[in-house]
Amino acid sequence: MSYRSRLGHRSYRFDDLASLLAYASPKRSGDELAGIAAESDEQRVAARYALADVPLQRFLDEPLIPYADDEVTRLIFDRHDAAAFAPVAGMSVGEFRDWLLSYAATPDALAALAPGLTPEMVAAVSKLMRNQDLVSVAARCRVVTGFRSTLGLPGRLGSRLQPNHPTDDLQGVAASTLDGLLFGIGDAVIGVNPAGDSVRDCVRLLQMLDTLRQRLDIPTQSCVLAHVTTSIQAIERGAPLDLVFQSIAGTEGANRSFGVNLALLREGMDAARGLQRGTVGNNVMYFETGQGSALSADAHHGVDQQTLEVRAYAVAREFEPLIVNTVVGFIGPEYLYDAKQIIRAGLEDHCCGKLLGVPMGVDVCYTNHAEADQDDMDTLALLLGNAGVNFLIAVPGADDVMLGYQSLSYHDVLALRHLLQRKPAPEFEAWLQRMAMMNADGTLPPQAPALQRMLALGMDDLT
Amino acid sequence: MKPTGRSHSGIVAGTDADPYHSEASDLYARLRSTTPARIGLGRAGDALPTKSLLAFQAAHSRARDAVHAVVDFDRLATALAPHRCVSLRSRAADRAIFLRRPDLGRRVAPDDLAQLQHELGDWDAVFVVADGLSAAVEQHAAAVIEQTLQRLPDWKIAPVVLAKQARVALGDEVGAVIGARMVAVLIGERPGLSVADSLGVYLTWAPRIGCTDAARNCISNIHTDGLSHAAAADTLAWLMRTARSRELTGVALKLEAAHDRIDPLTSTR
Repeated sequence: MSYRSRLGHRSYRFDDLASLLAYASPKRSGDELAGIAAESDEQRVAARYALADVPLQRFLDEPLIPYADDEVTRLIFDRHDAAAFAPVAGMSVGEFRDWLLSYAATPDALAALAPGLTPEMVAAVSKLMRNQDLVSVAARCRVVTGFRSTLGLPGRLGSRLQPNHPTDDLQGVAASTLDGLLFGIGDAVIGVNPAGDSVRDCVRLLQMLDTLRQRLDIPTQSCVLAHVTTSIQAIERGAPLDLVFQSIAGTEGANRSFGVNLALLREGMDAARGLQRGTVGNNVMYFETGQGSALSADAHHGVDQQTLEVRAYAVAREFEPLIVNTVVGFIGPEYLYDAKQIIRAGLEDHCCGKLLGVPMGVDVCYTNHAEADQDDMDTLALLLGNAGVNFLIAVPGADDVMLGYQSLSYHDVLALRHLLQRKPAPEFEAWLQRMAMMNADGTLPPQAPALQRMLALGMDDLT
Repeated sequence: MKPTGRSHSGIVAGTDADPYHSEASDLYARLRSTTPARIGLGRAGDALPTKSLLAFQAAHSRARDAVHAVVDFDRLATALAPHRCVSLRSRAADRAIFLRRPDLGRRVAPDDLAQLQHELGDWDAVFVVADGLSAAVEQHAAAVIEQTLQRLPDWKIAPVVLAKQARVALGDEVGAVIGARMVAVLIGERPGLSVADSLGVYLTWAPRIGCTDAARNCISNIHTDGLSHAAAADTLAWLMRTARSRELTGVALKLEAAHDRIDPLTSTR
């Protein structure tokens, strides 16, 4: 069905729910590239007026991508929990925004509601929210997960230590890892993007990281961000694998371009769970997502990139992940052109993921051909810290020498924790204090003695 | 947090300033030798020390400048002489459009198609030099082409196509229009902080509009501190000869190649 609104002297008509959502989206290059963006600012706001009146129930009656054509749509509808949806079932999108910002939307109420929300409802309401709304609603969501550390607790800010190396040199990866540990980084995961995707490379890295973890007795988990099939083969070869990683997207076709489907993800999850390596929990999956991946795979069905991104979180939550992050500024300026678009998208992704009950983190990042720099990353990181992000990614000196883009530095996460009074995961915090690598007030002691002690534990023969 | 200062300003440094440099420089030098990553930077409280902060900004400024640099294609044509060149533009009119609209950078500007059609022939291969995301072709393209040609003495090679505001897939249309059995696109890679002038080469058999990245082979990281021109030419000539005899490129060719420099194009993340 079509949707209409009137602004001043002009009336606007929107053909269907997908185009209404696309026109209501904040301006971004990816929707313009797809040819589905609003043609004027007034048209954009007219779409928001019309969207505000759409009943939430409509998203259950009118799938954006047909049920028969797409297994992600089938997952969304088959898993929808009508009882959980009941408290908001009579609301329009605009009324839902007001409710989310009301005092009634407590952490408990939001957690109970999550299984009743579909990604399309969440994407829709986010289009009516300002950045401040996205921060304050997200800050009320709690999504707690565990493996060897507990993530997502109030007052905590986790971090992924990302020790990438251009040729997967084991000593080089170990060196970047030790450097990060000295800054208190790595409680969410020590996660390497391998330069090669062979099973042999993956197993070598896993063995080194696990040896390092065990020798230093670190209460965290490691991950090599290889394809899920590579991880499954590594498990078959007896590799010490904690988390199975996979990039995912919001349509069946985009997932196919990543070489995955829901059955394969389940196979990966079952394989990792079977190893029983977790101590405080058994959340074994790690997913990355990013606005624009479905368009990039030519599998977007005319749906705007932010709505598709939220559909990826519906895929993620099916597999009870330990951590999920958007790689927000990584995909490139053809999807998010500048810092304004990247910052907005980062806040949307985090808030929408949290509303669906996904343990969201963010890779606060940009590429060199985007109109952004480290000042902009400071802004986004500060906003996300206030929004209660589960974890942030950190690389040495903010410079990823393998993937060729910039993220946050170890320093940045340390500074953010201090400024916002957030601690690492409790198990990891206790370890840092035990190792005399962090003072009781969260400040760092001189790092050289701690480095000397770690090296004395035999880091040299890790390779 | 204690306030700390830098020694050059005459302020006494706090105990948390630059620990590696002052207390453990040897210790850290050993770790630093294992990776180009920015480790052991020291700190001022929680923050980067001024020296590291400025070093990062210097690297980023070079990368930014490289993205927006304009390639001097006239000089490139001179360097390639006596080999003939044809210049053309993509459908992206300027840099800003090029960055936002990759689809336009993959197609030849309609006005420039005619001159390409004049060059239709029975070519074994065509080289396309594209600006891509940096001006790396200025330093590296002519040398790599020249050295590759030396390794392929009997090949029928089309005039070199110089393409402005162009992406890899523009080579598909060029190869199809000019009648080449394969296209080798030499293109400026996205600049990183450590290297701002890196060249990539993408080889595609039976080019036509709509080829996917899975059908290409890539040689990347050709720059002063990376893969040399001669090594790149060795690999490219080997790939081109293999592509001609096997009549394919891409993932299938990679599987046959026990060569770690040759990767199929897959999502990097």
